[in-house]
Amino acid sequence: MTRRLTRRRMLGGAAGSVLTASLPMPAIAEAGPVKIGLLTIKTGPLASAGIQMEQGTVLFLKDREHTLAGRKAELVVADTGGNPAGAKTKAQELIERDKVDMIFGPLAAFELLAISDYVAGQKIPLLGLAAAEDMTQRRPNPYFVRASATSAQAMHPLADYAAKDLKYKTAITVSDDFAFGYEQMGGFQRVFEDAGGRVKAKLWPPLVTPDYTPYLAQIGAADAVVAGFAGANPLKFMQQYRAAGLTLPLLGGEGIADDSLLRTFGDESVGLISSGPYSAEFDSAANRKFVEGMVRETGNIPGIAAACLYINGMVAEAALKATSGSTDDKEAFIKAVRAVSLTDSPRGAFHFDHFGNVVGNIFIRRCERKGDRLVNTIVKTYPDGSQFWTYDEKWFLSQPVYSRDYPPLKR
Amino acid sequence: MNLWLILAGNSIAFGGLLFLLSAGFSLIFGLMRIPNLTHGSLFMLGAYFAVSLISWGLGFWPAAILAGLGVAAFGGLVERLLLRRLPGAELAQVLVTLGLSFMIADICLLGWGGDPISIATPSELRGASRIAGFAFPTYRLGLIVIAIVVAATLWGLVDKTRLGAMIRAGVDDPAIARVVGIRVSRLFTIVFSLGAGLAGFAGVIGGPILSVYPGLDQDMLPLALVVVILGGSGSLVGSFIGSFVVGFLYNFGQAMFPELAYVVLFLPMLVILVLRPQGLFGRVAA
Amino acid sequence: MRRLTLALALAALAMLPLWVGNSYYVNIASQILLYAIFALALNVLVGYAGLVSLGHAGLFGIAAYAGALAINNGATHLVAIVAALAATLVAAAAFAVLALRGTGLGFVMITVAIGQIVWGVAYRWISITNGDNGVAINTRPSPFGLSLTSTPNFYWATLIVFLVAVTAIAIVAASPFGASLRGTRDQPRRMTALGYHIWLIRFLAFLFSGLWSGVAGMLFLYYNQFISPQAVALGASAEALLMVISGGSGTLLGPIVGAALVVIMKNVVSAYIVRWNFVLGAIFVAIVIFMPEGIVPGSVRLARWCLAKLRPQVTEVTAAATPRPESGL
Repeated sequence: MTRRLTRRRMLGGAAGSVLTASLPMPAIAEAGPVKIGLLTIKTGPLASAGIQMEQGTVLFLKDREHTLAGRKAELVVADTGGNPAGAKTKAQELIERDKVDMIFGPLAAFELLAISDYVAGQKIPLLGLAAAEDMTQRRPNPYFVRASATSAQAMHPLADYAAKDLKYKTAITVSDDFAFGYEQMGGFQRVFEDAGGRVKAKLWPPLVTPDYTPYLAQIGAADAVVAGFAGANPLKFMQQYRAAGLTLPLLGGEGIADDSLLRTFGDESVGLISSGPYSAEFDSAANRKFVEGMVRETGNIPGIAAACLYINGMVAEAALKATSGSTDDKEAFIKAVRAVSLTDSPRGAFHFDHFGNVVGNIFIRRCERKGDRLVNTIVKTYPDGSQFWTYDEKWFLSQPVYSRDYPPLKR
Repeated sequence: MNLWLILAGNSIAFGGLLFLLSAGFSLIFGLMRIPNLTHGSLFMLGAYFAVSLISWGLGFWPAAILAGLGVAAFGGLVERLLLRRLPGAELAQVLVTLGLSFMIADICLLGWGGDPISIATPSELRGASRIAGFAFPTYRLGLIVIAIVVAATLWGLVDKTRLGAMIRAGVDDPAIARVVGIRVSRLFTIVFSLGAGLAGFAGVIGGPILSVYPGLDQDMLPLALVVVILGGSGSLVGSFIGSFVVGFLYNFGQAMFPELAYVVLFLPMLVILVLRPQGLFGRVAA
Repeated sequence: MRRLTLALALAALAMLPLWVGNSYYVNIASQILLYAIFALALNVLVGYAGLVSLGHAGLFGIAAYAGALAINNGATHLVAIVAALAATLVAAAAFAVLALRGTGLGFVMITVAIGQIVWGVAYRWISITNGDNGVAINTRPSPFGLSLTSTPNFYWATLIVFLVAVTAIAIVAASPFGASLRGTRDQPRRMTALGYHIWLIRFLAFLFSGLWSGVAGMLFLYYNQFISPQAVALGASAEALLMVISGGSGTLLGPIVGAALVVIMKNVVSAYIVRWNFVLGAIFVAIVIFMPEGIVPGSVRLARWCLAKLRPQVTEVTAAATPRPESGL
């Protein structure tokens, strides 16, 4: 049966198309997927965290079936090689060649410092993992948000826990000799000494130290040793620490006992107290789903790198929902990103302060053996931990940046 | 006082590890004049091999020997197929050994992942022993013993056996050695395998102290270079003494001069090289 | 024929931002050019003088750090560049005096030691170098009023500097000094016997090499607007050496090709191949197997071989028909 094109039908069709054309089109009809660029490190000692960053991001997109706020999402992964020039080049590749709408990462502080001005100039939101403090303090980048933590953000609560709960009076710090280490140990020292404790000595082995014995031999009497290592060093340090016969309690920040590395640790790490913005043992619906997904996809429980990238995905999704999927208005989009406030995420409830740094749970964990595997059990949670701890923001920013010699050792 | 004793003891132990690492490099450079920049990667490869062997149920010592043999075989292949074509072409040797180290590093990343992996201390050597009234990790004492045994074996090999005599002849004058009927090419393959195997074995022995991780090769290669250059390349005695000198420099330097921690090895190396470019025990180049 | 290819290549390079699609690739081209200058500078020592340096990133980095510090302390770009190059020359002189104490492997190891010391200082002297957080600069220069902030402008500025560098190095290589430099590489004893001051020749070559390494370092600083200790690490020196060797030391085009190879592999290919490190290593090994002198000399050899195969055979008839000249003079 043929349908004859009658005048009535044609008028009806014309009216119908005019009507639909004049309705506000949902953003779903917008052409083009939303592109997410990931700056990660896939070679060298930081590869372990870098590979996890990719795994976390990929899992998130898979969980959302590659659709965020009704728009298709695409991921472009770039390997920076772990050096600043490489990070800059890859950032240019993502922005100029691949035309991404936002960038997740980078991992290392020096990479972030190298690309920050450029990315801000291009008005591309940067959802970072790197802990460089000044990115959200003295040299803020308006297009930057950080869902992980500043270097000292998890150390302030650790010092509080050490002084008040564990009743430690003295501590010795041992940390990698670079900015992340200075900022971590500086944060610990400030809060620890304000709570009545005293840091007796600060040791700084170079980033590449095959044998920590010259430093371990200098660890005298104290209530605790605070360690700040990154990359492949935590495992090496702890093995050598125990082998040297040192029995002082060991405390550390994020990285020293990352949940993803627990399967390679042995009994030397039992009793280690660490603090961080994420713990695989945190009991929330989102975290349970996330951890199950990671175990299923990668065979290992996730650590901070994977978790924070998954959370970045959630932040991006929430921001896209707020702008109805549009990334065309760059100012509006970054505003939406910074306004994100979630209640159920792998790290619990969080939001961003006006510098773009996260305010959320900080977990204090103790490493224990449960059956045949090691687990970081949460012993205390500090909710709403901010990068300034309980200090007044203006006062904090007027102080010098944490460095090797600041805060100075009390005589 | 305690501090100095610990440092002194550890200097010897660390020196032992350095000797195991650099003996192979010294042999290869001494005989074949090849700067084997793959050496760090071979060290790391041996450690990774042992990780797999141990996870399949092998004990530590059999794994160490087997890993060493595996890396030795690999080294022999490399010499036979690649380095043999490049006698005296120093730049090409640098290029090929660096290229190989990139390839090996990437394969290890692919095969064993990016996470650092620990090698458990063999059960017989766990814990600490009391020496002169203070505790010293037993494994490190064992390390010193192993280094001395290997040094003695190598010395015996080079000084007392026929193979060693041929090696020495090949070092002194390859052309005349060939004239006399010594199969210098085959000797080169054997020496390269031996050097590579030593590196692989050292990687396993160092495992309980250093763990295994991507980037281990780039951390250890400069140390091998420092030892060999300080001691004088091509001289096993030089490597042996150089290892302990570097061990002492490392331990005491880091403890006493923390400001110079980054240059505690290279500054003395520079001073010695400027004053005596052939190293402490090397011979002046003809 | 040669002039024509040269002119065509120049034209293509000059018009590059116009025919390359994306600004990203123009940036890659800028990087290739600046690393080519560095490789060419290193080649002066490696190829022409026969001295292998594994510490040249130290000179590269000293220029960049000096420039960054000058700019951040209020100097104009011109003053900063001059200051950086002056600092590099002084450093090169110091390096040369130390390194020339050794020959062969001794020279290499002294350069390694110097490079590692520069790296250690860059890491630890935080009050000056800011340690691993690096030093950032905010502006690029604007010579003659043209701002180099835009990608094509920066590319053209780099191209001009590159052409100046290549010309300078080519002139020196072809000059009597260049000849005597190659003489010190091939026959040091004979040169001494002939009355040449070998040490001085090598020293001057080191200074010349250091100068252009410094130029490359400043371009690197302006390109990234950031300098940190990674740029002076052993890996950076090794990378430069690989560029020279893989391209072909001792030639002018070799280091340029080598620089292009490494930059493209690191930045462009790495976007498509996850295991690009492995591929890069494999390429180096392949170069050693098939073209051990380097890509450029190897390709020239290959081209000549192909041409020889294509040339018609000289007929035997002509040879036999010509009466043999009487042997014995």
